[in-house]
Parts: sequence; C-alpha cells; structure tokens
Amino acid sequence: MSDFTFLYRGRDTNASPEQMQKTMEKWRAWFKQLGENGHLKDIGHPLENAGKVVKGKQKSVTDGPFAEAKDVVGGFTLIQAQDLEHAVELSKGCPILEAGGSVEVRPIQVINM
Amino acid sequence: MVAVLTRLFGVHNLALAEDVVQDAFCRALEVWSFRGVPENPAAWLMAAAKNRALDMLRRERTARTYEPELSRFLQSEWTLAPVVQEMFTDNAIKDDQLRMMFSCCHPRLPEEAQVMLILHILCGFGIDEVASAFVTTYTAVEKRIPRAKKVLAESNRLFDTQAPSDFSTRLPAVQRALYLLFNEGYHGASAEFTVRAELCDEAIRLAKLLLEHPLGATPSSYALSALLCLNKARLPARVDASGKLNSLFDQDRSRWDQRLIGEGLQLLELSAEGAELTEYHVEAGIAAVHATAPSMQATNWQEIVSLYDTLMTIRPTPIVALNRAIAVGQRDSAECGLRELRAIPDSDRLAKYPFYHAAFGEFELQNGQAENATGHFEIALKLARNQKERQFFENRILRAVRP
Repeated sequence: MSDFTFLYRGRDTNASPEQMQKTMEKWRAWFKQLGENGHLKDIGHPLENAGKVVKGKQKSVTDGPFAEAKDVVGGFTLIQAQDLEHAVELSKGCPILEAGGSVEVRPIQVINM
Repeated sequence: MVAVLTRLFGVHNLALAEDVVQDAFCRALEVWSFRGVPENPAAWLMAAAKNRALDMLRRERTARTYEPELSRFLQSEWTLAPVVQEMFTDNAIKDDQLRMMFSCCHPRLPEEAQVMLILHILCGFGIDEVASAFVTTYTAVEKRIPRAKKVLAESNRLFDTQAPSDFSTRLPAVQRALYLLFNEGYHGASAEFTVRAELCDEAIRLAKLLLEHPLGATPSSYALSALLCLNKARLPARVDASGKLNSLFDQDRSRWDQRLIGEGLQLLELSAEGAELTEYHVEAGIAAVHATAPSMQATNWQEIVSLYDTLMTIRPTPIVALNRAIAVGQRDSAECGLRELRAIPDSDRLAKYPFYHAAFGEFELQNGQAENATGHFEIALKLARNQKERQFFENRILRAVRP
C-alpha cells in the first residue's frame, strides 16, 4: 500500500441550498465507502478560497491565490491505495467530478530505508 | 438568520444579508462533508453566519452605509464584535424576527406578497418551496418576491418595534398575514401533508413570537394563537398521509392532538380580557367547541350557531353565512339547513365556491334526496380547484349513488 493525496479543485459556488445538501450527502457517502474499504488515511479538510501567498527570499506576502475559482485547491484528503492506477480508480467516485471539478492524484514521495 | 443580519446591515442591504447566509450555509456544508454533521447544526450555522458577518463588516466598513443607529458601533473594532455578539443572542434574534415580520407587512404590499415574503425571509422557504406552498409556478414567485423585497428595501429601515403607536397600527396586518399563512397550510391546495403541517407550524411559531412582545401580547394576539393551535390540532385527522381530505363528519377524533387542544384552550382563556372582541376570538371559540366535542352529534350546535351570529356582525361575508347555515342545519334539521342556505344574502358571490354547492348536496343527502344531492355534488366537482377537492367530491358522489 502507498499513500496518495487527492487535491480537489473547482467547487461549485452557485448551487442552491438543496443542491448543496445533496452534494454534501454524496461526499459523506463517498468518504464512508473509502473509509470502510480502508483507503482513508486522513480525511483531510476543505480549504478557504482566499489566504496569503508568501514568496521568495524577500518573503513577500500577498493576498491570494487569485487564480480562477476552478483552479484553486478547495480541499485535500490522504488516501491509501495499491498503486497510482488504483488511486486514480478510487478518485473517480469523487462527487466534485459531477460538478465539473477535478481531482489531482499525487503519490506521496517516500524513500524506503 | 436573514432577519438578524438585515438588522445588522440595514434593510437596504437585504441582498447582502441573504448572501451572507447562503455563503455560511455553503461553507458549513463543505466542512460537514469532511467532518460530519454536528449535533446542533442550527447553532453551528448561526455561529458561521455571525463570523461571516464580522468578516464582511470589517472588510466593507466604509464601503457601505449601514443601519444608522448601529453604524457608529460598527466603525470601531472595539465595539464591533460585542455589538455583533449581542445581535446573535436568543432574545435579539427573536426581536429581529419580529421586526422583520412587521417590515414584511408593509402597507404597500398586497397581502399575498406579505405572506410570501414572510415565508421566504423568516421561514427560510426557497422560491420553489414558496411556489409549492401556494400552488403556483416557480416563475410567478420568482417575479413577485424580488418585487416585494424592493418595496422592503426602499422603506430604508426596519420597522421599529419599540414605537407603540406604529406597532398597534401595523399589528392587525401582521395578525392577518399569519392567519393567511396558516390557512394556506390548512385549507390551501398543496397536496403534501408535510408542506401543510410546516406552514401551520410556522404560523403558530410566529404568532407566539407576538405574545412575547409587550406590545404584541394583546387579547387579539392570544385569540389568534388559540385559533391556530385549536385548528392545527385537527389537521392530522383532516388530511391523511396521502393528502386525502376528510370532512369533519368522517374525521377520526382520536387523531386530534390533545396537547395542542389544551394549549389552545389555555390561550383562549388568556385572550378573554378587555372589551375588544375580534374575529379571532369568535373563530377560536368555534374551533374550541368543535375540538372539545366528543362526536359530530354531541357537538353543541346551539353554541356554534350563536358564535357564527356574532361573527356575522364582525365579518359579514358570504362564507361566514354559509358556515352559519351549515351549523343551523346541524342544530335543527337538514330541511332548516337548506332553508338557511337559500336565504344567504349575496349568494351569487358563492356561485363559484365548490363547498357552497356541496353543502346543498350534504343536506339533500341527509334528507334522502340522493338524486338532488348528486346534482349538487356534480356542480361542486366541476368547480373544484385542485386534485384533492376533486377526489373529495367524487367520493361524495359515490356515496350518494351507493349509500
């Protein structure tokens, strides 16, 4: 088993309260299933859209990230899967895809000593 | 929640208040997606809205104009947080809902628009839910609510519930709106029992809010609350789970809510003070006689007829006259009932009202004139305004044909 992160992008900000509620139930169901199958290492958190970006040697601080809504990371989860293909398969159940968003699947780098 | 925030931002910033609530809700659901729904979601949402409002006020401190009496507190960080904190206490929330309720009953708005606005802003009904409560189209409500909100926003400030003369001038309109809100649930066309019960419950909740205000706790407000409780108590037997209507004759009285009846009777007692006798008093009196009667036959019809006589002096409408005639028929005989029905003044105004013809049908049926009865029920059926009424009259016809 290896560890992966799922990075969620493209939250739907125009949904009605009823749609939002349905979406939440789908997320709960998806997480539940991942958990029951032992793939959920850390459920993670949703993230606020706006924060600060600290940059370079000057450590300059700016408001941000001011990317387009669909490009901003809206949350993350730590996943356990056999390999990258398996993790990708698991990500396909994510409700954000139905709303036109994306899941970025990234293996966590490990060095076996 | 919108009521509290509108108090904070000012009524002209109603849209901002709604955005804040929507935003708080969306963010709450995102967090709950990951962390699970907390034990007290309502309190959680209130807290989220409060924080969001603080953010908004800090960010836009100078960009907008707020409610004049509050704006000076909102300018300084030292007073901002305590003021916002104060607004979100239980008492302040109730007070804000009352203000909003009075604001919604703006004299420039037609009664139906007032009720829709109350449902939308104070009861949190979405456009589609308001549409289904009023059995109208989404687009119709989508047009009416923003128009009503504009009137509200143009009034520039929320209603001041501390000014005694304004309060008592507007109080009858508020009572009327709550009465209509309740009737929409009780008599309205929505087929779903849950929708109906929810409308009635909201009306009761808001009517009780009136009783908590020193200026709102008038005998007429107590009478209104009594009326709503006594009628709501009978709702489970009046409409069954599939939305089918049962007339008072056929209701299973064991399904009446005895706790609500008790509460209604107690409120009715509290309303018996002062010299003013309102239509709510009389209607609550009638409802109380029904609610305490063990059966249709054992009902004190004499009492009901005399209450209707009183109601005719306060609100002489054809519908009241119709109900009075039915009560006379129950008290005396079907023959007398028919005579009273024919004697209703302005009965042409009832010509399109299906239950007017149905009343003829019921008395003819009791008189053994099945054929006449069927004719009347058929007219009623043609005039029926929704599926539920149609189904009800079809059943009456069946019973007339095959007793």
